[in-house]
Amino acid sequence: MDDELAISVRGLRKAYGDTVAVAGVDLDVRRGEVFALLGPNGAGKTTTVEILEGFRRRDAGEVSVLGSDPARPAADWRSRVGIVLQGTGEFDELTVGEVVRHFAGFYADADDPDKVVERVGLAGKAKARTHTLSGGQKRRLDVALGIVGRPELLFLDEPTTGFDPEARREFWELIRDLAAAGTTIVLTTHYLDEAEALADRVGVIAGGRLVEVAAPNRLGNRQEALATVSWRTPEGALESVESATPTALVAELAARFGGEVPGLTVTRPTLEDIYLTMIGHA
Amino acid sequence: MTATMKPAAPAAAAPARRRGPVALALRQGRLEITQFLRSRESVVFTMGFPVIMILIFAAIFSDEIAPGVSYTQYFITGMIATGLMTVSFQNLGIWIPIERDRGVLKRYRGTPMPKWVWFAGKVLMVVAIGVAETVLLLAVSVALFDLDLPGTAAKWLTFGWVSVLGVTACTLCGIAISSLARTARSGSAVVTPVALVLQFISGVFFVFTQLPSWMQQVAALFPLKWMCQGLRSVFLPESFGAQEPAGSFELGRVALVLAAWCVVGLVLCLTTFRWTTKRDG
Repeated sequence: MDDELAISVRGLRKAYGDTVAVAGVDLDVRRGEVFALLGPNGAGKTTTVEILEGFRRRDAGEVSVLGSDPARPAADWRSRVGIVLQGTGEFDELTVGEVVRHFAGFYADADDPDKVVERVGLAGKAKARTHTLSGGQKRRLDVALGIVGRPELLFLDEPTTGFDPEARREFWELIRDLAAAGTTIVLTTHYLDEAEALADRVGVIAGGRLVEVAAPNRLGNRQEALATVSWRTPEGALESVESATPTALVAELAARFGGEVPGLTVTRPTLEDIYLTMIGHA
Repeated sequence: MTATMKPAAPAAAAPARRRGPVALALRQGRLEITQFLRSRESVVFTMGFPVIMILIFAAIFSDEIAPGVSYTQYFITGMIATGLMTVSFQNLGIWIPIERDRGVLKRYRGTPMPKWVWFAGKVLMVVAIGVAETVLLLAVSVALFDLDLPGTAAKWLTFGWVSVLGVTACTLCGIAISSLARTARSGSAVVTPVALVLQFISGVFFVFTQLPSWMQQVAALFPLKWMCQGLRSVFLPESFGAQEPAGSFELGRVALVLAAWCVVGLVLCLTTFRWTTKRDG
């Protein structure tokens, strides 16, 4: 096992009956990295992550998470892995403070529960029963329970679904703090901007396969993608050319028109264009 | 003396300390009891049910089942047994599917908590609520209906072991049957009919020996009948033993059947318990 790797996956497969959810995934996540698993609903994100979390059995493949097989983890493995599940497990009758304190008690080296509550922005709600929290506040409580044990590796399954934009920004700050402190983070999301804002690398998963793994700005060879140069001919028709050398083309057009080129635009595909192409082709 | 003691470590550098198993179980039990007591419906219906039933029974059957022995003295045994079954079998059979459906169990599985601690918490909750409810029932019955409490240490001892074995069997069966419910809502649909039928055929609402004999034989397969029978030996005069189906209170068989159900329940729990819902794959 490579010590530099927090997660190593080879040939992971999982089917539910005839439905193949994960069809051969290879994946490495380095220690200290923020890795985003991006994909549409039903792509196999949650199945993959829940196998890594030790909640589901795999049909085939090799999986190592912090040096352990999640299906047969080492004794202290659970205390090194923090998990924020997609669905919230609610403790209606307890207060935020009580729940976080109780979960802190499961860890030998837990963080101060009051500080954790403050860190996720629930200090004002510490004495509130959990059923009185809003959806976004419940999600913060989930995160508090995921980080109270000071995990080396934190899984976040669609953590910001249902957040308003401001709550999402605050949540991103929290994730950046954790990453800066050295926590390895694996998050699933179907928000492109979230992957782009947080992740060092993004894995795009579609149809149970990892279509591509790259830094967000290099996804789909975005850097090298052909630029589209468009302008209007003197007759008013729209002309478009895909070009690897748009600057030269624009210079040539400028010479041809003797100055301003009418209706000139130069565009490259957005991350979203690339993503949609990728999952469309999967 | 203090001179030989090491200075206290600053809080921030406190050594990593894992709680012992007993401490873990106790705090889990405390959490379960807190959750139970804060849920008003649980408290009212689980704790109040046997008391309400004994009030109704005492009002209906106000005369004596035999000279000097009131009907209340007979039915208290069924009410204690049914109360213990409610707090263990029904309570767990209904609540565990809800917790499973909400993802509470899955959340616990994601922590380093040893699995058994969660079960220990449930057992502590059942025992605490069971004791409180039985004491309440006895207190009400003594105050209002002149119930005679057991007069000898031997009878209290029998009361103790019948209750412990009965609650253990019902707790394990409650945990086991919780896995039959596919959703949060179906828990009570699964458990309530089972409990109700057992109450009718096990001599909780009727004098057991007045039931048809085939019904008595069906009831004898399940724990509730034996809990009631064991408790009758505690609350009724010795002479009543002759009226039991076998001509005695058969305490040996009571112990045997209840212990057998503990084993069956435990095996079912270990083999069928699910921390996640079926749709979780």
